[in-house]
Amino acid sequence: MHPIRKKRLTIVLFLLAGIGVAVGLTTYALRQNINLFYDPSQIAAGEAPHDVRIRAGGMVEKGSVVRDPDTLKVRFRVTDFQSSVPVEYTGILPDLFAEGQGVVAMGKLDAGGNFVADQVLAKHDENYMPPEVAESLKKTADGQPVANGAAQSASY
Amino acid sequence: MWQFFHKLGSPKWFYGIATRLMPWLLVIGTALLMAGIVWGLAFAPKDYLQGDSYRIIFIHVPTAFLAQSAYIMMAVAAVVTLVWRMKLADVFVKAVAPVGLVITFLSLFTGAVWGKPTWGTWWIWDARLTSMLILLFLYGGVIALDRAINDEKSAARAVAVLVLVGVVNIPIIKYSVEWWNTLHQPATFKLTEKPSMPAEMWVPLLLAVLGMYLIFGWLACVRMQTEILAREQKTRWVKDLVMAGRH
Repeated sequence: MHPIRKKRLTIVLFLLAGIGVAVGLTTYALRQNINLFYDPSQIAAGEAPHDVRIRAGGMVEKGSVVRDPDTLKVRFRVTDFQSSVPVEYTGILPDLFAEGQGVVAMGKLDAGGNFVADQVLAKHDENYMPPEVAESLKKTADGQPVANGAAQSASY
Repeated sequence: MWQFFHKLGSPKWFYGIATRLMPWLLVIGTALLMAGIVWGLAFAPKDYLQGDSYRIIFIHVPTAFLAQSAYIMMAVAAVVTLVWRMKLADVFVKAVAPVGLVITFLSLFTGAVWGKPTWGTWWIWDARLTSMLILLFLYGGVIALDRAINDEKSAARAVAVLVLVGVVNIPIIKYSVEWWNTLHQPATFKLTEKPSMPAEMWVPLLLAVLGMYLIFGWLACVRMQTEILAREQKTRWVKDLVMAGRH
């Protein structure tokens, strides 16, 4: 290769490496701000601030959803299979909201450790399958509850 | 190999190759895209969770893939511009940037339309969506910078540097869903694993993706030819070409 081109190529590579490092360090320093939500474990560990609007995300714990019969109020627990956070929400939930599905709630942690949400968004995973396949998977998984739980914790 | 590389630098040679290639790109690309979309929208099974609304994936994923691939191609061309000063590389960047802008917009738009019924919101400032928005602005910036500088050579170098600076955003888009907590789900397609969907879903998706790439190739050829004609209008071969087309 021509020496001038070689020099230019070196400059280009240095430019790329420099920008890469700069952006890498910046995003690493800002990682908590870039994270969209706190995990229940982070909230349990006291990493999430109280009385500030934050997002909490995880799976809706099975059997934890309690709806108020007269109003739109609903309570459920959000879990990451290590810790869980009680969530209160008044309003219409997205169609995909269900026990065992992922959610991201926006709101404030009150002094009692309850998460009072004013917005609940559904989070779905990257797996797609026809309803029949999901049905037969569910049937097989019912015989092996441990394997099912492991698969869910890996994919929420 | 080097001979091919040098030939590729010749606008006249490229013009001829592109003319021969274009009908194939357009016909095969349209056929694949149509097959993929019709199969995906009408015949593929519905999703167990999202029902029919997941079907927008057959447009969303091809546009999102292409939006990033087009930028990577522009970055390669930018290196060629800076190191080898090859005119055709600059022609490519200039021709492709507006196409990339539209494709990125389409991927953001289809994503928003998909987000409303599934997540419950059109937009959220999570890492994936935000980095994709930055990609849209990068395409816009490349177009604006190119138009702002009148001198062809200075414009080419300035644009190439901007394209290269922006390329760090590509790994951020790709890995945003793994590095940070996001509302957007992780990738369904991974290089090392089987796709997380059955073949009757991913085959039509793959067809749509391939079709989209070929149509992009066709668009790039059309726009590069136009740009070449504008730049080389004073040369003999362009004059001959125009005269030949006139009779």
